[in-house]
Amino acid sequence: MSKLCTGAEIVFKCLEDQDVEFIFGYPGGAVLPIYDELKNHESLKHILVRHEQGAGHAAEGYARSSGKPGVVLVTSGPGATNVVTALTDAYMDSIPLVCISGQVPTHLIGTDAFQECDTTGITRPCTKHNWLVKDIKDLAKTIHKAFEVATTGRPGPVLVDIPKDVQFQKTNYSKYKKQKKLNGKKHNNFNQKDIDELVKLMTKASKPIFYTGGGVINSGPKASELLRELVHATGFPITSTLQGLGSYPGDDNSFLGMLGMHGTYEANNAMHDCDLMINIGARFDDRITGKIDEFSPKSKKVHIDIDPSSINKNVKVDLPIVGDVQDVISSTIKTIKKTKPNFAKSNKQKISKWWEKIQKWREKRSLDFINSTETIKPQYAVQRLYELTKNKDTYITTEVGQHQMWAAQHYKFDKPNRWMTSGGLGTMGYGLPAAVGVQVAHPNKLVIDIAGEASVLMTMQEMSTAVQYNLPIKIFILNNEYMGMVRQWQELLHDKNYSESYTAALPDFVKLAEAYGCVGIRAKTPEELDDKIIEMLNTDRPVIFDCLVDKQENCFPMIPSGKPHNQMLLGPKDQEENKITGKGKTLV
Amino acid sequence: MSKAKSAYSIPGKKGKLDTHIIVVWVDNEAGVLARVVGLFSGRGYNIESLAVAEIDSKLNISRITIVTTGTPQVIEQIKLQLKKLVPVHKVADFKREDKKVIFKEMALFKLVGNNNKRQKALKACKKYNAVILDKTNKSYVIQVTALRREIDMMSKNLKKLGLISVSRTGAVAMTRGSEIFK
Repeated sequence: MSKLCTGAEIVFKCLEDQDVEFIFGYPGGAVLPIYDELKNHESLKHILVRHEQGAGHAAEGYARSSGKPGVVLVTSGPGATNVVTALTDAYMDSIPLVCISGQVPTHLIGTDAFQECDTTGITRPCTKHNWLVKDIKDLAKTIHKAFEVATTGRPGPVLVDIPKDVQFQKTNYSKYKKQKKLNGKKHNNFNQKDIDELVKLMTKASKPIFYTGGGVINSGPKASELLRELVHATGFPITSTLQGLGSYPGDDNSFLGMLGMHGTYEANNAMHDCDLMINIGARFDDRITGKIDEFSPKSKKVHIDIDPSSINKNVKVDLPIVGDVQDVISSTIKTIKKTKPNFAKSNKQKISKWWEKIQKWREKRSLDFINSTETIKPQYAVQRLYELTKNKDTYITTEVGQHQMWAAQHYKFDKPNRWMTSGGLGTMGYGLPAAVGVQVAHPNKLVIDIAGEASVLMTMQEMSTAVQYNLPIKIFILNNEYMGMVRQWQELLHDKNYSESYTAALPDFVKLAEAYGCVGIRAKTPEELDDKIIEMLNTDRPVIFDCLVDKQENCFPMIPSGKPHNQMLLGPKDQEENKITGKGKTLV
Repeated sequence: MSKAKSAYSIPGKKGKLDTHIIVVWVDNEAGVLARVVGLFSGRGYNIESLAVAEIDSKLNISRITIVTTGTPQVIEQIKLQLKKLVPVHKVADFKREDKKVIFKEMALFKLVGNNNKRQKALKACKKYNAVILDKTNKSYVIQVTALRREIDMMSKNLKKLGLISVSRTGAVAMTRGSEIFK
């Protein structure tokens, strides 16, 4: 007869059987039995964060950069409510997280006990599923199910709430056998006919475009390889959403750059004018489509997505293909090879006019900015950072705002899982804890959080975590003393009424770094920027890099609200050429 | 062109609204109704009526019947979103006009008044499978089963015949013939 295990032991046995290596967490009254058990499980390393939100984002960073689910352990009440932002973030960006929360003992549930909250109630809309385990016999089954739900289909966060008395109770644990065949919901729901139809549309199209998203990344590294093959096999142009960056090399000629609100002129115009749009693992988000009634009016639209509810949600499509991106692309390539062996070559003539048009748009050089010799332009800072780190297999995280868009525009990724940013929820304060998680997953790689000074202050306490575990993350702050994106919208839409978007009394980031026990570096002029960046890269400890940038710089190009893709607002250079000044700079 | 003062786009055209009856088979576990209803409230869908009860005590299956209105696109989303919920087994969707489906609601009417009035009320209910469940010298409790609009009409018409209280259920639905929904 096997030995009886406590609930706390079962939690760890389950995590071990799921090959979990790291837990991001914070102890508290209702999870103490689990924390007590931690010492008996050497294969599991616990990373102590400074706030539960940080645990969630760190687990997200870990998951996104490693492809494995992130595991979070928090206590009841405030522990659980603090992690809600991170769960919602993971839900919006389809990141697999398993959050284990403590709960007050079952006999106290519903009595407004100390540190009690309705955790499953609060997290119901921001998880794929959650469970309150009231019976010890259900514990192991539930945790394994939680991993399955989090990692299959469209990935996402789940939560298992375990009352304290259940953590003490004892039962048998039988070793978990990973099922080869998933008995969950079916994911691939396409057949060869759909693929044939897709290939037919491809051969007919004279103005095609691939529009790819985070689904390619989530489908695994193989999907990115296949995507590259598909683009070569067709010769079609490709653009990517914010989340999809890295699935196709950012410096390749077929790549038009990111699309959407702050996407390139060529990508957005190509989306507007195309006659065939092939959406691979993206979801027609409102930051992408702009005005929906005028979104790509003349195109046939194909949508490849693992989540059937993504299809026809925002944009009606002509050919939906429900399935794992990797499987769909693989079938498509096979079909092209079989039926049109030299497709890219034979089709070149047909789409040459389209490429000429794209080339014209490219000549606008919509990402250009007016550089300065006196102040550091934020775009210049990102460009220099890119040039100095591009050969190092760098992992980039970001916070949310202007710096995030500049990072997306000017940092070029050529591999998947190297770019971690909060796109769906847009969580300021995401990047620093995410960098902690990434560095945990990749201890010997260069991990940089391209940050804004406002965002980074929201989760700054996690520097302490980085110092504790010797995680040499680099926090590269583009410091303009404003909530830059808020200020930009106020300039463009609210007659320059900069209501509460300036942060007076910012801390001295260099001294702050020193206070945390890491290294602070400040760059004030373009001249010294390179040397300072190199100094940062040569520091084998966590660094806060305070890059003082132009306070007035805006993020261009942009699609103003309520406008279609072909009515973009370009940067000051272009506006000067067109003699639009003063008020004309605000929205048309 | 008007200047949109928002970081979001302006709303597009709204489509025509249809009434649908959505039937959901779920595991009868704690919180399952909250998941289904929360999905509707969280995504801004309507619930006109709701009926839920366990239908298989061995397999622990409950059947939830929801009457909702929405554009075809919204109805499609409701179905797809429901199917994503872990405890949901299957989802059926019927248009209210669908002749192949039976829809029924039940209502209890409490009538107080003289015998003459009550007899008139009972007569008015006859068409709708009226059953007298309780009878006193001055009151009746009558049960009827009918369509939503019929019960709407009845509760309006019975006001003058001494109706003082109405209790009604949400709609339940079943397909006609020998087939069942798979």
